[in-house]
Amino acid sequence: MTTTTETTDPWSSAAPPEDRSMASDPWGNAPSGQEQASGSSWLTSSAEQAPITNSWTDPFLVEWFDLRSLVNTGVKHLVENFRGFFDIAKQPVDWMLEIFTLALTSVHPFVVIALFALVCWQVSGWRLALGGIVSLVFLGAMSVWDESMITLALVLTSVFFCLLIGIPTGILMSRSEGVARALRPILDAMQTTPAFVYLVPIVMLFGIGRVPGVIVTIIFAMPPLIRLTHLGIKQVPADLIEASRAFGASRRQILYRVQLPLAVPTIMAGVNQTLMLSLSMVVIASMIAVPGLGLMVLRGIGRLDVGLATVGGLGIVILAILLDRMTQSLGRDARERGTRHWYESGPIGWIYRQFKTQSKT
Amino acid sequence: MSTKLEVKNLYKVFGDEPKKAIEMAKQGIDKDQIFAETGMTLGVKDVSLQIHTGEIFVIMGLSGSGKSTLVRLLNRLIEPSAGQVLLDGENIAAMSDEALRQVRLKKISMVFQSFALMPHLSVLENTAFGLELAGVPVSERHEKAMQALQQVGLESHLHAYPDELSGGMQQRVGLARALAIDPEVLLMDEAFSALDPLIRTGMQDELVQLQAKYQRTIVFISHDLDEAMRIGDRIAIMQGGEVVQVGTPDDILHNPANDYVRSFFQGVNVSQVFTAKDICRRKQSTIIRKTLEGGVAAAIAQLQDADRDFGYVVDKEGRFEGVVSLASLWSAEKSGKSLMNACLLDLPIVKADSSLSEIISVIAQAPCAVPVVDDNQKYLGLITRAQLLQALDREEDTTP
Repeated sequence: MTTTTETTDPWSSAAPPEDRSMASDPWGNAPSGQEQASGSSWLTSSAEQAPITNSWTDPFLVEWFDLRSLVNTGVKHLVENFRGFFDIAKQPVDWMLEIFTLALTSVHPFVVIALFALVCWQVSGWRLALGGIVSLVFLGAMSVWDESMITLALVLTSVFFCLLIGIPTGILMSRSEGVARALRPILDAMQTTPAFVYLVPIVMLFGIGRVPGVIVTIIFAMPPLIRLTHLGIKQVPADLIEASRAFGASRRQILYRVQLPLAVPTIMAGVNQTLMLSLSMVVIASMIAVPGLGLMVLRGIGRLDVGLATVGGLGIVILAILLDRMTQSLGRDARERGTRHWYESGPIGWIYRQFKTQSKT
Repeated sequence: MSTKLEVKNLYKVFGDEPKKAIEMAKQGIDKDQIFAETGMTLGVKDVSLQIHTGEIFVIMGLSGSGKSTLVRLLNRLIEPSAGQVLLDGENIAAMSDEALRQVRLKKISMVFQSFALMPHLSVLENTAFGLELAGVPVSERHEKAMQALQQVGLESHLHAYPDELSGGMQQRVGLARALAIDPEVLLMDEAFSALDPLIRTGMQDELVQLQAKYQRTIVFISHDLDEAMRIGDRIAIMQGGEVVQVGTPDDILHNPANDYVRSFFQGVNVSQVFTAKDICRRKQSTIIRKTLEGGVAAAIAQLQDADRDFGYVVDKEGRFEGVVSLASLWSAEKSGKSLMNACLLDLPIVKADSSLSEIISVIAQAPCAVPVVDDNQKYLGLITRAQLLQALDREEDTTP
């Protein structure tokens, strides 16, 4: 981020050609393959002056194998030969994103706010519904409604794909120790690799814009969901599994009737984490031309416009708190909230009661 | 009595090369040495048992004796290493997975020490769990679950969740869940061990009552001799993975096979284990036949000869009729009454199967030795205060 402040504003303008030659532009040179020569020459300059080989006294002076150029040629190979594959791969993301964006931006803001309030009421209670209305109206009042909805669509899309991929993967991990062992380092890498590292190859493979933004977000936000799904299933007490087996349950029945229902609170904690991480990626994703609240923050930083950055940041925080409260209350079951079934509370509960009293008379 | 469940030369080895460990065990190498040499644990060693239809068969042993492993081998929750488990002649140990599932769904069910109720299901749904797994339609399985809950007296808590129930109630649900599939064999793994003593005895009584009604084959695991004696028709005692003795409670009580079995009586509450029948003595001299030639006079003579103050009148089938004393006989003789009219009123008698703790006060307060009768009023013998004290003191005798 320190380099971005040096330039005037590389992002708001649509990638001007003169930016490519600037050393501060971190990815302008990447596809051309000149990075070795220009971008990081200062790193290796001393080695180039006198060809040195490794000795016993200094065994790590020169790299033993050239990982850097291996990755570079690998990514280049992928870009040149599998462009079509990646174009197809991003299609479903594109469609989902279109659906969410259309749904959130094409209807009147008050309709969206009302729907949100109803969902909040259903999953939690009237307090959250009220909080939801206030915070969404506040977003609108700051005149960041459109940006908020775009960000929300982005986050919802990435969470949707995280659920689609993450939960089955977590289940698979819990069923096979081999899969778990193989996936764990990959998950570690997904969580700890700085987003900037895979931002470059993602842009090379998928281009820039909202879809690669969602893909980057998925990579970053999915691991907790996989881990917590795995953990939730593993945590189901062994005596319950044994009892299920004793009563003749098949593996499938154990999964669907015992393990998954009991893992729901843990899985919901994973969904909550995924949602929060998705939101936290919004600013980084805006670096690859993803619109929304993140872009406002980035622009604010770029122009030293603290106000603009604050407005964008506040929007993200408000969305984050609202979504966090909603998913957290999903993790609690209906009994903790005092009613026996989910359909006995909230707006659906109201309709249910109307229906019941009507059928009685 | 037909055999319901038969176990033949069953072995369970926890380890990589069960065959090797079994071979060593057959050569007479003991469990500890096998573990020291190969790192494998011999869980169950060459167990053969026959469990009859309709009996409560208790498998007893200290922890680590392999009893929980053995019961899990019966429904193959643990895979046997060698040997057979025959349910109605069908070998469970060699069944296909699907056949095994069918056996578990329909024939064998289990009650667990930890209850193992599904926390996300209501009492009714928990009870219907086995039926649900078998794909029984909702209305039918709820009806059957209701019947099972009625059997354990929980029909009023249908919609409660397990965490809202006390331990005793939870285990009733566990029992109802096992009963709901109407099993032929019920495995109970220390089912009552986690309950507090008062509730435990209550549950034991209920199990015995249920058993009297439905006659299921029950395999009950316990580490508690009191419990085993209370409910078991037969008891198998396990030590180090082997069955060291099988027999009725009386057999085991009176002829323990070794010191290990004897050690079970240490610390056991004798007054709970022994019944009136176990300690009563039959003294011929005090039995007065109702049909005695010579009536009252002969009875007086008999008691005086034996130097006794009381006599116990029985009829010719051996049924107890009443107690007479020398004093009552004399007054009967004076007024010319019959032997039966000389019987003293209001004297206590005790039932054969009442435990010693129940009869202590009766015997302490009775003016004479108390007669013991069985359910058919048949006279079994007498218990004197001295005998009772001696029996209660037995705990000391059994200390090795």
